[in-house]
Amino acid sequence: MAEMYFTKEHEWVKVSGNTGKVGISDHAAHELGDITFVELPKVGKTVKQFEVLAAIESVKAASDIFSPLSGKVIAVNDELDATPEVVNESAEEKAWMAEIEIADAAELKNLMTQDQYTEYLKTL
Amino acid sequence: MQLIYEQSVAGRRGVKLPLSDVPAAAALPENLLRKESAALPEMSELDLVRHFTNLSRRNYSLDTNFYPLGSCTMKYNAKVLENSAALFASFHPMTALLPGGVDFCQGNLGMLYDLGQMLADITGMDEVTTQPLAGAHGEMTGILLISAYHRAKGNKKKYVVVPDSSHGTNPASAAIAGYEIITVPTASYGDMDIELFKKAMNDEVAAVMMTCPNTLGLFNPHIKEISDIAHSHDALMYYDGANLNAIMGKVKPGDVGFDVIHVNLHKTFGTPHGGGGPGSGPVGVKKSLIPFLPQPRIVMDDDGKFLLSEQCSTSIGRTANFFGNFSIMARAYAYIIMLGREGLIQVSEQAVLNANYIKERLKAYYDLPYDMTCMHECVFSASKQLEHGVHAIDIAKFLIDKGYHPPTVYFPLIVKEAIMIEPTETESKATMDAFIEVMIEAAITAESNPQLLHDAPVTTPVGRLDETKAAREQNVCCAW
Amino acid sequence: MNDSHYCPHTPQEISEMLSAIGVDSVEELFSPIPAELRAKTFNLPPGLSEFETFDKMKSIAAENGGDMLAFVGGGFYDHIIPAAVDHLSGRSEFYTAYTPYQPECSQGTLQALFEYQTAICRLTGMDVSNASLYDGGTACAEAAMMALRVTGRNKIIIDGCVNPFSRQVLKTYLYNLDVEVVEIAPLDGMLNRAELIGMLDESVAAVLVQNPNFFGCVDDFSALAQQIHAVDALLIASVYPISLGLLATPGEMGVDITVGDGQSLGNPLSFGGPSFGFIAAKKTYIRNMPGRIIGETVDKQGRRGFVLTLQAREQHIKRHKATSNICSNQGLCALRGLIFLSSVGRQGLVDMARLNRDKAEYAKSQLTGIPGVTVLQSASTFNEFTVFLPKSADLVVAELLKKDIVAGVPLGQYYQDSDNCLVVTVTEKRSKKEIDRLVRELGVAVCN
Repeated sequence: MAEMYFTKEHEWVKVSGNTGKVGISDHAAHELGDITFVELPKVGKTVKQFEVLAAIESVKAASDIFSPLSGKVIAVNDELDATPEVVNESAEEKAWMAEIEIADAAELKNLMTQDQYTEYLKTL
Repeated sequence: MQLIYEQSVAGRRGVKLPLSDVPAAAALPENLLRKESAALPEMSELDLVRHFTNLSRRNYSLDTNFYPLGSCTMKYNAKVLENSAALFASFHPMTALLPGGVDFCQGNLGMLYDLGQMLADITGMDEVTTQPLAGAHGEMTGILLISAYHRAKGNKKKYVVVPDSSHGTNPASAAIAGYEIITVPTASYGDMDIELFKKAMNDEVAAVMMTCPNTLGLFNPHIKEISDIAHSHDALMYYDGANLNAIMGKVKPGDVGFDVIHVNLHKTFGTPHGGGGPGSGPVGVKKSLIPFLPQPRIVMDDDGKFLLSEQCSTSIGRTANFFGNFSIMARAYAYIIMLGREGLIQVSEQAVLNANYIKERLKAYYDLPYDMTCMHECVFSASKQLEHGVHAIDIAKFLIDKGYHPPTVYFPLIVKEAIMIEPTETESKATMDAFIEVMIEAAITAESNPQLLHDAPVTTPVGRLDETKAAREQNVCCAW
Repeated sequence: MNDSHYCPHTPQEISEMLSAIGVDSVEELFSPIPAELRAKTFNLPPGLSEFETFDKMKSIAAENGGDMLAFVGGGFYDHIIPAAVDHLSGRSEFYTAYTPYQPECSQGTLQALFEYQTAICRLTGMDVSNASLYDGGTACAEAAMMALRVTGRNKIIIDGCVNPFSRQVLKTYLYNLDVEVVEIAPLDGMLNRAELIGMLDESVAAVLVQNPNFFGCVDDFSALAQQIHAVDALLIASVYPISLGLLATPGEMGVDITVGDGQSLGNPLSFGGPSFGFIAAKKTYIRNMPGRIIGETVDKQGRRGFVLTLQAREQHIKRHKATSNICSNQGLCALRGLIFLSSVGRQGLVDMARLNRDKAEYAKSQLTGIPGVTVLQSASTFNEFTVFLPKSADLVVAELLKKDIVAGVPLGQYYQDSDNCLVVTVTEKRSKKEIDRLVRELGVAVCN
C-alpha cells in the first residue's frame, strides 16, 4: 500500500515507487465547503516543492494547492472537471488531482506522516 | 416570476418607431448580415411595464427598507439630485473634443472643475480628476499615478502594502498596476500593527493603501506616524475613500500625509447605488502627482474659460473614454452645494453619532471584538450566537424576514462571523430603535429557537438559494 | 442646528442618544482623531435650499450651448430612448438598492441582470455574458487582460481602426503589466490584413478589432478568426450593439470575446456617462471573465431564483489574484439596456438598425453630391461613414458648430494624413430635413 504524507497546507501525497498522487485532506475539503471547481495543472508542468500546483474553489473561497514534492506532472484527474463534488465526497481517496514523477524523494522529510498530521490538526 | 423571454409572443411589438423619410438603402453584402434576428423579447408595452414593475417589488431598497450595509454608506438619495442629473441628458461628450467645441460645453466642464475643487478642499488634496468610473477604478488610477511618479524619479519599486482588513479591491487594483502585495496584520487595538508595519516597510515599497477610518470603523491614531514612515522610504500613501463619510470637515486625508485619494461619490455624496452601479470614483492627488493625471485634463485659463489639456507627456493616459460618469457627478455636485460647509460637517457628526448609538445599544447582545468609540460604522461578531449554532448569515436572513436589509456580513475578513453595521446620518432615531429591537430579538431567538433563524427567510419570494448548484452548473443565460 | 436637510434628529433625540452612548457631546466621539491632525480649514460655501440648488444646476446647464443638431458618434450615439426606460429604471426599488449580495431580497435586480445577460448573448451570438463593466473602453482593456490569462501569453495586437479612446484606455491599463501592445495602422479605413497576418505567431494572446470600425466601415472577420485560432490566439471584437440589428454577429464570425459600449441601448448621452460596458465570451472562458455574473439556481423548495455566481473569481474573495479589480459595475445602466431591448423588441431592433443605415446612406449620397466631397466607395458602412473634404475637417466642423450643427468627428487628431477626413454619424433620430440642412451648410462651409 502506498504511503501517505501531508503538508501543513493540508495537501497529501501518496507515494508509489517514483511517482506520487496529490490531493487535499478531508479536513481541508471540509473547511472549504462545497467545492465548485478544481483548476488542474497541465500534464508536463514541472513544479517545485511547496509551489502552486493547482487551485480549488468553493462558493465563497478560493485556495491554491501547493505541491508536496518537486517533480513533473504526468497525469491529472480529469473527472474533477465535471464532478468537483468528488473532493467533498472522497478527498483522500477518489479526489486525487495530479500524479507527479518525484524529482527528489529526500524531500519527504519535509512532510508529515498520517499520525503527525492528525496531531497537527489538533493544534489548529 | 416568469422570465421576460417566457412571456414573449412571436410577432408582438413594443414601442412604435418612426417611419423612414428617406429612400431604402441598397442591401449590404450577405456575409456582413446576421442570419437570424436576435431573439429579444416580443411584448406589449403594458406587459413590459408590469414585468419590470413586479420585478422591482422583489427588491429591498433604500427607499423601501432600512439598509445598514456596512462599508457601503447607504444614505438617502435626495430626489432633487435626480432632477438635476436629467438636465444634462442630451449633451454629447464628443462636442467638447471637437475643434472649438469647448465653447459649447462651458457649463459642463466648469461643473467638473468646480466639483474637483470642492473635493480637493474636503480631502486636502491639490487637484482632482473626475475620470475614474467607480471606486475600484479610482484605486487603479491612483496606483497607476503612483507608479508613474516612481518611474519618473527612477525609483525601483515592487510592493504595495495593505492591512489585512482592507477592501479586496485594494490588492486587486495594485495587482493590475503590476505590484506584489505585502499584507500587514491587525493589532489588538483594531488597526494595522505598527510594529509589524515597520518591519514590512522597505525601499521597494511603492505605496501603502489605507482606509481611514478602517473597515472596523476605527480611526487609526498612528496614521501620521505610518505616513511619515512610508514617506521615509519614498513610498506614497493611498487613501481608500470608502469611509470618507465619517470625517468631513473633521480631518483631511491630505493633512495627515496621504498623497492620493479616491472618493466614492455613490457613498459619501449621496448618489444612488443603482443596484450595483453606476458609481463614480474621482481621484485627488498632491502637487507632486499632478503631472501624471489622466487626460484630457480640465483646466481654467486666465479669463476663467475652461479648456481641455491633452499635451502632457508624463500623463498615464486615458482611464475612461470621456470625462467619467458625468451625470453621477452632477448629482454629487448638487449634493455638495445643497448641504454646504455646515451641512457636510453635520453629515459626518450624525453618521458617527448613529453608529455609536447602535454599537452601545447592541453590545450587551453581540460580541464587540474591538470595543471602543467607532466612527461611522461598527463591527460585531456573531460568536456568542455561534455557541448555539447560529451564524452571522442566519441573523442576516432573519432581518430580511423582519423587513430590514441585513448589514454587511463576513467582512472584514479579520472578524469571525462579522456583522458590520453602518446606519448613515439620514436614518431617524425611531428607525434605528426599531432595528435595534429586532437585532435584540435575533440574539434572543438564537438561544431560544435557533431553527427559526436557520429557516429564515420565509417571507421572501424565494428562500435561501443553492449557490453551489449555481456555481457548478453555470446557467448564466436563458437557454430557451 | 439642522444644517443638512437630510439629518433628521431633533436636539432632544441627540441628547438621548448621547446619554445612551455615555458621552456629553458629539465632538467627544471624534476624540480618537488626534487634535493635531484635525482639519484647520474647510472652505466650502454655505448650503442652499432644494429650490436654489436646482436653480443653480439649471443655470450651469444653460451655460452650455443650446440644442445642437448632432451628426457625431465616436462611441456615443444619439438614439431614441423609449419612455418606459426612464420610468421603469427610475423606480427607486431598482435605483436605490445596492449590489444584490442578499439574493432573497434582491431577486428583482438579480433576475433583471440574468435577463440582461441573456439579451447580450442573443444580440452578440456569444454563450456567456457578465452583468456589465464600466464602459466600452475599459471593456476592451478587461477583454485583453482576460485573453492574457486564458493564453498565458503577453502580446496584444490592436487594429488601429478601433476607437482611439478605447485604444488609449487599454494601453493605460496594460502599461505596467509587461505586455507588448502592437498597433496596426489602418489601410484605407480598414484593417491591414496582410500586416496582421504577418505578425500572427505563438506569442500573440489576442487581436482586438472593432465592427463597424472608427471610420464606420463594416467588416467580416470570419476568415481572420480562423487564422488567429490557428496560432491559438483569441479574437476580441468591439461592437456597436444597435448595428447588430442587421450585421453579422461576433458569434457567427467565430469571435472569442465580444465587448462594447452599451450607451446606445437606452442610456442618455449625459456628456459621456454613465453608460455601461458589456463583455460576452465563449462558454469555455467563463472562469476568466471579469466582474459580476448572475446564475440561475433553486431554493430548498425547488423555486427558481438567481444569485451572484462564480464569485471566487472576484476581488472580494481572491483579492490580488482576482480576474479583475472591478467591484461596482453599471447595473442600472445595464437594466436600462435590457428595458430598451425589450421595449424595442426583436423586430424593432431590426427596423431601428435599418432606419439608421437608410438615413446614413441617404446622407452619404447627398454629401457626395457636393463638389470635392467623396467617400471610400469600396467599404460598406452602417450609420457612420468617412467623407473626404476638399479642406481641413477641423475648420469645417468649427464653422458648423457656430450654426449649432455638430457635423462629425474630424480624423486629423487621431490619424496621420487625415486632416480632411470627417466621420459623419446619422442615427434614426435625424430627419431628412435635418440631413438636408447638414448637407446645405457643409456645402457652404467647404466652398468658403
